[in-house]
Amino acid sequence: MTIKRVGILGAGKVGIVLAGLALDAGYEVRISGSGAVEKIALTIKTLVPGAIASENADVVANSDIIILAIPLSRYKNIDPNLLKGKLVIDAMNYWWETDGIREEVLDPSATSSEQVQAYFKSATIVKTFNHMGYHNLQEEARLKGDPKRKALFVTGDDREAVDTVAAFVDSMGFDTVVHYTIADGIMTEPGSPLFGASLRHDELKDIIDHFDQTEFGKKIAAQTH
Amino acid sequence: MVDIDHLEFGLETFGDIVANEDGSLQTAAQSIRQIVREGQLADELGLSVMGVGEHHRPDYSVSSPETVLASIAAVTKNIKLATAVTVLSSDDPVRVYERFATLDALSNGRAQVMLGRGSFTESFPLFGYDLTDYDDLFNEKLGLYDLLRNEKPVTWSGKFRASLKDQDVYPKTEHGKLETYIGIGGSPESIIRAVKVGYKVIIAIIGGQASRFKPYIDLYHAAAQQLGKPEFPIAVHSHGFIADDEDDALEVAYKNIKANFDRIGLTRGWAPMSREQFDGETKVGSFYVGTPEIVAQRMARTIDQLGLGRFDIVYGAGNQTAAQRERMIELYGTKVVPRVKEILAETAAVK
Repeated sequence: MTIKRVGILGAGKVGIVLAGLALDAGYEVRISGSGAVEKIALTIKTLVPGAIASENADVVANSDIIILAIPLSRYKNIDPNLLKGKLVIDAMNYWWETDGIREEVLDPSATSSEQVQAYFKSATIVKTFNHMGYHNLQEEARLKGDPKRKALFVTGDDREAVDTVAAFVDSMGFDTVVHYTIADGIMTEPGSPLFGASLRHDELKDIIDHFDQTEFGKKIAAQTH
Repeated sequence: MVDIDHLEFGLETFGDIVANEDGSLQTAAQSIRQIVREGQLADELGLSVMGVGEHHRPDYSVSSPETVLASIAAVTKNIKLATAVTVLSSDDPVRVYERFATLDALSNGRAQVMLGRGSFTESFPLFGYDLTDYDDLFNEKLGLYDLLRNEKPVTWSGKFRASLKDQDVYPKTEHGKLETYIGIGGSPESIIRAVKVGYKVIIAIIGGQASRFKPYIDLYHAAAQQLGKPEFPIAVHSHGFIADDEDDALEVAYKNIKANFDRIGLTRGWAPMSREQFDGETKVGSFYVGTPEIVAQRMARTIDQLGLGRFDIVYGAGNQTAAQRERMIELYGTKVVPRVKEILAETAAVK
């Protein structure tokens, strides 16, 4: 699948940064906020000139890949059928400032991306762009081979979709460490040593490969067994 | 274009607990009295603003900043007295108005309100609010505060507070409207909101390169023009530490800023600060750390890049000694501020 058009749902800090990276990478970019296009038009024109400010339905209909960059507590405001058959990146995390009390947002028995995938059941969800701070994403995108290039964790249940997204992440300026299990998204959720960290490929891979040895990994293992 | 003659330089503290020379910690009460001494020092040095934050947790001494500012008012002459910030979302706008109008009376018109949504959660359950209403709370309370600020009878109703009918609030100030800023963390939505209400804006730049905020400042001006709202020079708040020796400055700042960052990260789930991250912040990012010359160079660069009207440096992070804190303030007032102006004048001459 060739990706030429990127659609971003969410015109906040993360959505804006990803729109900028996608423009720099040469994609056609559409972005929407929670309401009418007028609410975000000036913001988009000023912050990411070249991106097309629009509304959810238009963004989804005219994009080859969709990035969910809205507060996690609000994903259910989007009609699950809207994303039917779409390849969707889940860039969301639970974040207290925008989401409130975690237990009110998420079922504690499953990871956030599993819940997002269960809700958008006819879309293919791949989790990435969620664990690096948005200003690190903005400032640290680099061309392939740059020794300072940072890496992102990419995971989902659909192998082909994960590989497509990994290539897309690479085109946006980051190396990737890839898994094929959406539940492994827990490895980059808040509380993980990877959440908020900005690491090179080898450093990221090392923590992922030995995740069961981290404090957070041990805690997760204790909860699930 | 930076207006060097009107450039303001502020100091802000969150009321971190002060350390004794032997490493033991002072009480919160001692730490609060230390802030009053520092406010006095800042005024003597001719600094523009003294800002005191509001927190409701053991690692910060100040929960009632206007009370501390009232004490500073009594020992100062010129410096403006600001909160950094007042967590409006979990406060009552009527009380906010009353406290600041009182502070304004005590200080002969030097009170400055800085309103924000807060970056900690404690105040929400403490005062009976639901974090889920984070955004709605701020919007509604800002609307009421804005009416009260006119100092005329207010008729208002909303979701989170009893209605007001033709209600006057007191005391009235001597100089009309209280000077009010909105403190924002840089979401585009917050910028538009601040423009709509027509207040001055202070941006907290606490990580990454300051230059990435340039488009946001462009957005502020573009939105003000489009909506026919007033435009003010933007203010910025960033963390810093200044000492006579570069290595000392870096060592003290690393230890204390990292300790704060990591402690807060524990509750929010972010990874501890690495040395690489810290070094990035002090070299090209948002921590202004070093000798007066280095800090002045970096501040001047940010002020010039972003076209600022005010720069507030947040001091005292972690557990610093009174001597470290006071020396930093002294160096800021006597060396950094004049040097920043000098550098900016040179830059302007070259342009």
